[in-house]
Amino acid sequence: MNKSVFFGALTVAGLMAGAAAATTLEDVKARGKLNCGVTTGVPGFAEPDANGVWQGFDVAVCRAVAAAVLSDSTAVEFVPTTGKTRFTALASGEIDMLARNTTWTFSRDVDLKFEFTGVNYYDGQGFMVPKALGVTSAKDLDGATVCIQTGTTTELNLADFFRANGISYEPVPIETGAEAVQQYIAGACDVYTTDASALAAQRANFEVPGDHALLPEIISKEPLGPLVRHGDNEWGDIVRWTLNALITAEELGVTSVNIEELSAGTNNPEINRLLGAEGELGSMLGLEPEWAKRAVAAGGNYGEVFERNIGEATPIGLARGLNAQWTDGGLIYSPPFR
Amino acid sequence: MSDTHAQSVAFVRETELPPAPPPVTETGAIKWVRENLFSGWFNTLLTVVAFYFVARILFFVFPWFFNGVWDAASIRECRDVLGGATGACFAVLVDRWDHLLFGFKYPPDGYWRIVVAFILLLGAAAPALFSKLPRRLLLFTALYPFVAYWLIWGGSLWLPMTILGIIIATGLVFRAVSSQIPVNMRQMVAAAIGMICGVGLSYLLFIGAKELVFIANSIGTASLGTSFAYGVFWLLAIFTFVFFIPMGMFVGYAIYNSYEDGGLVSVVTALLFIYAALVYLLAPIASGLNAVIPIELQAVASRDLGGFMLNMILGTVCVSLSLPLGIVLALGRQSNMPLIKGVCVVFIEFIRGVPLITLLFVANVMLAYFMPPESNFDLILRVIIMITMFSAAYIAEVIRGGLAALPKGQYEAADSLGLDYARSMRLIILPQALKISIPGIVNVAVGLFKDTTLVSIISMFDLVGMIRGPIQNSTEWISVYWEVYGFGAMLFFIVCYSISQYSQWLERQLQTDHR
Repeated sequence: MNKSVFFGALTVAGLMAGAAAATTLEDVKARGKLNCGVTTGVPGFAEPDANGVWQGFDVAVCRAVAAAVLSDSTAVEFVPTTGKTRFTALASGEIDMLARNTTWTFSRDVDLKFEFTGVNYYDGQGFMVPKALGVTSAKDLDGATVCIQTGTTTELNLADFFRANGISYEPVPIETGAEAVQQYIAGACDVYTTDASALAAQRANFEVPGDHALLPEIISKEPLGPLVRHGDNEWGDIVRWTLNALITAEELGVTSVNIEELSAGTNNPEINRLLGAEGELGSMLGLEPEWAKRAVAAGGNYGEVFERNIGEATPIGLARGLNAQWTDGGLIYSPPFR
Repeated sequence: MSDTHAQSVAFVRETELPPAPPPVTETGAIKWVRENLFSGWFNTLLTVVAFYFVARILFFVFPWFFNGVWDAASIRECRDVLGGATGACFAVLVDRWDHLLFGFKYPPDGYWRIVVAFILLLGAAAPALFSKLPRRLLLFTALYPFVAYWLIWGGSLWLPMTILGIIIATGLVFRAVSSQIPVNMRQMVAAAIGMICGVGLSYLLFIGAKELVFIANSIGTASLGTSFAYGVFWLLAIFTFVFFIPMGMFVGYAIYNSYEDGGLVSVVTALLFIYAALVYLLAPIASGLNAVIPIELQAVASRDLGGFMLNMILGTVCVSLSLPLGIVLALGRQSNMPLIKGVCVVFIEFIRGVPLITLLFVANVMLAYFMPPESNFDLILRVIIMITMFSAAYIAEVIRGGLAALPKGQYEAADSLGLDYARSMRLIILPQALKISIPGIVNVAVGLFKDTTLVSIISMFDLVGMIRGPIQNSTEWISVYWEVYGFGAMLFFIVCYSISQYSQWLERQLQTDHR
């Protein structure tokens, strides 16, 4: 705590709500650190490892932005937020961007005055049941008790689904994923519902995964992506195009292994534009020409980030599915770098 | 006489029978069992049922505990080692031991600092807790906060030392000087200080009023609810605008007026002097000293503190701050002066009427709205202020109970001895009232210590926050449950049970009644 911290308490003048005139980009550069909001922990997406270093799929987005803006993928101050504090932290300016499993919805985009800068994971809400229950479809769940996390969109989706199908259920509200799993294993509820990615990750780590089945119905669209505040479009562009750079890099076959070689110049003009060998894309964003190269070099392209953190080789074990490149039949699609 | 029966009785025993042991059902363990466990059909039934449940729990817990795996890198390895048998996975405690105690962001080569601070805490608390220790040790207790701050937060040693030096120097100067100044001089000082305070208060009120207008305008009049809030904030703003000069004058006059007893003027002057010295002198002196003799530890930001250490910091600081504040509030509520009494009553009733979790959300979220984005008013400081206010309100009511329990004669006796208010409270009323209040105060303290886990809701990583966030949601230890929560419960039990044992000992020590 330095002097200003100490006497902020004593000086009520500190209460003067002075809006910072500088842009977010200038603030971040002056601070030398990116304040990035993450979860307090979601396996594979954001978690501190045994050495206290943040790892994960969402964390990689923060690191890529920091690498693009500050040339240093470790210059990130990770601010853990809960489902209840995440939006106020962003709106109040405590964090510069939020990369925290947040579903892009109309009301969050429009009413809460945020700007979603893309989608880094297409998720959907699914159901997990014990095989012993003998249920093969979510429509057979009439009268079931359902474990569900409170304060999320899953709660509302569940109510909509059961109402639309004219069947009844009894909710068992639960605060965190770990508690929900504990209740489900102990038999406090027949069904556990949350995002399909989380269900798959939890199931893969059960003592006997084969005793439990995911039902085929996916009852909601959950596009998860990073977001920023309204009011600073230049900063929004930087976050959006950093994510797009990771996606485009995978599409064009640029990986953390061959990036040095490719940035020397290739026959593909789009790769050259992406890596800053041609064109003025970096200066249009107010960054150096090799911004996207740094972003990709920080943790690899989208596919590499996916495989390292949540892919099938990891304990989380998620298949690409909807999150494959559009060329492979998925939804991951970046506008062209032109 | 002795021959009378010599022929009529066949045998007379002439020695005493050796004492026989009591029947086997009336002695030892069997007697105890018969009397306590099987003394009737109802108790027998209860015993059998209770034994059944205890046995079930033990049969479940013992294999779980003794099969426990202490060496594994992840929960999957644990299961492989166990191979399907029941068993705990205590390896998570080994793997994340440092995180559970110190949080995951505290620099690992600084862990010794926390350990030293903790050991010193035991030394610093001892003279305050045990009156038989030499009183001179209290000096170390007074020094401890500065040392602990330096050890935990790091930075330059000279920062806390300079603060300490300024406070001590101001105290010594005022003690030496204040009694020697002639009356008219003191009158002038009181007038000047009163004016400064009055102007300062007016300025603060003026800023507050502007802030209220700003809030009102940002709420707007979009719907019925916001229009109402808009009106309320405007009313408050107008009220503050109207009163900022009279209030300032009133306070200034009150301070000027109290020059005669000297106490208030001296205290206010000293505080103003300390404040000015801290604002203008602290940074140059501290950095100057540090340039000459650099004694520095790696600085650690507040948001990097975590684990059980955070619970201990919050618990210790808040308990030791809220006790004096609670006493002041309790006395204020009993006061005859309507202004002081009113302020105390409103404060206590308001704080007690609001859940702690709401106050924590205000500390974390709402204050961020009202402050400029780059002002880094320390989060832990905010939380400490909120928890201290909360527990002080409760302790105040407990102590008020103690004050009310004293017979009126004690107050009258103090008055009839000619003691002034401060002396009568310090020598006669409070020692008795506090003694009565010990169980209640300890109750609040234990509750407060456990309430520090609520900070996990505002994404601070105390012990529970560490468990619920990073540990249960890590890829290695996904959904580990009983082992970590059991460990947390054990730590809290040790501390809370120690507090409770200490308070019982203290009550026995202070027992002066004639039962």
